[in-house]
Amino acid sequence: MAADISSGGSSTITTYQGQGARMMLPAWVIIGFFLVLPVGMMLVYSFLTKEFRGGVIWDFSLAAYDQFFFDRGLFGDEPPKIEWTYITIFWRSIWQAAVATVLCLLIGFPTAWFIATRAGPARSIWLFAITIPYWVNLLIRTISMKFLIRDNGPLNEFLLAIGVIGEPIGLINTNFAVQLGLFYSYLPFMVLPIYASVERYNMAYSEAAADLYASKWAALRFVVLPIVKPGIIAGCILVFVPSLGAFLAPDLLGGAKNFMIGSLIEEQFKGNAGNWPFGAAASMILLSMVLVVLAFYARAQTKAGDR
Amino acid sequence: MANSDRQVAVKFETVSKRYGTFTALKQVSLDIFDNEFFTLLGPSGCGKTTLLRSIAGFEDIQDGAIRLFGEDIAELPPNKRSVNTVFQNYALFPHMDVTENVMFGLRMLGTSEAEARKRAQEVLDLVQLQSFADRMPNQLSGGQQQRVALARALAPNPRVLLLDEPLSALDLKLRQAVRLELQELQKDTGITFIFVTHDQEEALTMSDRIAVINAGEVQQVGNAREIYEEPNNAFVASFIGETNLIKVDVGEPQDGKVAATLPGGVQLNCSAAVGAHAGSGHLSIRPERVNFCPLDKANLTGTVQRVVYLGTDMQVEVAIQSGQTINARVQNTQMAVIPSIGETVGMQLDAAAARVLGA
Amino acid sequence: MAARLDLRRFPGFLPITWLCLVLLYAPLIVVMVYSFNDSNSVTLWGGFTLRWYVEVFTGPEAPKFKAAALNSLAIAISAAIVATTIATAAATAMLRSGQFRGKSVSFVLINLPLMVPEIVTAVASLVFFSAIGFQAGYLTILVAHIVFCIPFAYLPIAARMQGIEGAYEQAAQDLYATKWQTFRLILLPLMAPGIMSGFLLAFIISLDDFIITNFVKGAGIETLPTAIFGSVKQGIKPNIMAISTLLLLVSVVLVTVSYLLGRKGQTTPTNKGT
Repeated sequence: MAADISSGGSSTITTYQGQGARMMLPAWVIIGFFLVLPVGMMLVYSFLTKEFRGGVIWDFSLAAYDQFFFDRGLFGDEPPKIEWTYITIFWRSIWQAAVATVLCLLIGFPTAWFIATRAGPARSIWLFAITIPYWVNLLIRTISMKFLIRDNGPLNEFLLAIGVIGEPIGLINTNFAVQLGLFYSYLPFMVLPIYASVERYNMAYSEAAADLYASKWAALRFVVLPIVKPGIIAGCILVFVPSLGAFLAPDLLGGAKNFMIGSLIEEQFKGNAGNWPFGAAASMILLSMVLVVLAFYARAQTKAGDR
Repeated sequence: MANSDRQVAVKFETVSKRYGTFTALKQVSLDIFDNEFFTLLGPSGCGKTTLLRSIAGFEDIQDGAIRLFGEDIAELPPNKRSVNTVFQNYALFPHMDVTENVMFGLRMLGTSEAEARKRAQEVLDLVQLQSFADRMPNQLSGGQQQRVALARALAPNPRVLLLDEPLSALDLKLRQAVRLELQELQKDTGITFIFVTHDQEEALTMSDRIAVINAGEVQQVGNAREIYEEPNNAFVASFIGETNLIKVDVGEPQDGKVAATLPGGVQLNCSAAVGAHAGSGHLSIRPERVNFCPLDKANLTGTVQRVVYLGTDMQVEVAIQSGQTINARVQNTQMAVIPSIGETVGMQLDAAAARVLGA
Repeated sequence: MAARLDLRRFPGFLPITWLCLVLLYAPLIVVMVYSFNDSNSVTLWGGFTLRWYVEVFTGPEAPKFKAAALNSLAIAISAAIVATTIATAAATAMLRSGQFRGKSVSFVLINLPLMVPEIVTAVASLVFFSAIGFQAGYLTILVAHIVFCIPFAYLPIAARMQGIEGAYEQAAQDLYATKWQTFRLILLPLMAPGIMSGFLLAFIISLDDFIITNFVKGAGIETLPTAIFGSVKQGIKPNIMAISTLLLLVSVVLVTVSYLLGRKGQTTPTNKGT
């Protein structure tokens, strides 16, 4: 420790000692005023009474949460009965986000590993190829997917032409399409963080494992995976969290029946049928789920950092 | 020249520094004179770099004062102190060429462009890098980078030049050549050089005076001969070169002399370090000052345990009756008589080279 | 002879990688191909044509898309400039200022726009702007974009700054530079590649945003994504495919630029300072 300090290690550079708060101020003001405050306001709104045709009345009410979870009112005379409509939508969203995450991991890890273990120039080219879709506008990517899989789209035409199917398969506007869309939307988000941690991985660990009689797969399972775990977790978060609140894939690929949380929330604030407190409550439930996931992530990262 | 006549360039007055519970500097008091090559020597983590960086202004001290030519500089930020540093890895600005690097300090001081350019050329001449003036730092070898760093620090003509292990990144041959250059440069410029190193050989060969530092405290200050031959304590004696520390009974010191009773009963009259006192103590003697002799002339006897071939020397390890092991060096010449393992040998400790240490 | 064990190779990983690329590229390539399709029925191939590209610039929808594109561009540039400036100051605070009050919270705050689901940010902004009487329009879009661009600009800037040794700044101060001179003459030039990629990242993110923009834009103003979304509601027409292809090209160009910048950033920058 002493050596670190006396050699002026880069761990703490204090060129601008004492000016931190001042330089942080713009970020504080902008994010505080235009993100923290609005989200806080949503929290308040979720406990207010709805006004028809959008808006709120400043009367405290649990109606929004009540409507979300219960069919017959929690505060009525009869015993409460759980309302499944919205819970089902949330459950389906969680399920689809989880499936998308697993699919992305199954494809993403081998891809990231393969690219990260290429030699110099080949690696750059592979990496470049995988990075481009990451930067292409998500809306355009989703529209492209819609175009590809719709009933008389190129995919069906192609399958009909080669005779695999007799009539177009109805892919669009199904849960499957939404699932495919989520997977496709966030796949690059899985590959890149895993790539970053595999690239830092020192192959000497694998060599040491092999030297100690581990098979290649055993080395992968017991040495590689634990070491690159932070990258895998980061990738899973980057797929799961945006999938959970996704709007474009369900809206464009799923059609009206295949609601996810995002569309449910959107509907409360657009048009005249809106119920702001209900939308706010749904937003808060979504946000708290995301925060729980992130808290797990933070804990996992701290643990990894402690080692 | 008597030390009391000389002007003090940097004065540490009971300087202390703590990081949390770790004490980096303990009550350090030290005078560094104008126009001397002064070295701070010690193991890594001993506080020598902290001491150097506190002169430059990169470390705040918690107690005491640092004076630069009499002026208390505690409140001055680094850019207001007329000292310059040669950093450990040089820290040459990678986006500026050699001339721009060297001109940087002068520009910051508001020197005119023409003046600064002229001065840059002068110092580049001084370090023999005239022909590299337009190169970028990453196009230079390690030795050349080191000289640019030196030129950059010298260009503003500082009153004190601080050198933070500037040779540690160079290979051995180059390091030896640069030592001489640095020494000459110091004499030529008349600037006070304060040099930090953990390499005792570097310290001994270059410095006018050396401060040996350990655990945040100054152990001893003196010229190379003094700290090698007249160490104050066990740390200095064993950090600078090799030594034997023999447990002895010490008499009452008088006028820097003392009688020490060796294991086996023979008394030796030798020099006493400051702080040596009557009772049990340690006597330091360098391996090359232990000579083998017939048993009847010996003041210490023992059994040879190991003989190690070192090239120029042979090292003989002898167990004496107290159980301690004494190392002796015998020059590897044709005449040398090397005792064999198991042999009982007599040893003559050179009283002029023996020294009873302080606590 | 012992079989050589290549610990890097696993059977099946190469085909999976190809599968991954095919999945990612197939829809984009199909749309790109069909944007050159000379047929009014979208799906049937009717030969090669550039007429949909001509229509993008001259057709009946051209003024709408042109206005949307200009809006997108203006907002992306302004949002990226502001976000990059704020992120640079924030990175300097986080990495060069030691401890200060609220430092640990600041880290969370900067990354907060990444944590809050986009749809929640979108509706919250809408509700907030209407509550404080902030007229939906250019300014609301710009402010919202600045907020979510900050973490994206921050990442590469902080990464770059972390890689710069403190010794350069100390050397500058040792050579009589003030803190501001040190920032301007040493830290800023050394950070330039990081700042550039932070800017590009923020720019692309702003250009791409649909969800938040869609909520805060108000009635009159469209950006390219909202305009495209609106027009896709009535079916995917060939001119949309042409626009998509053009946007794709913009993305590719930007990625290439930022990739090259990143490579240059790894070697030492060699611009001359004077």
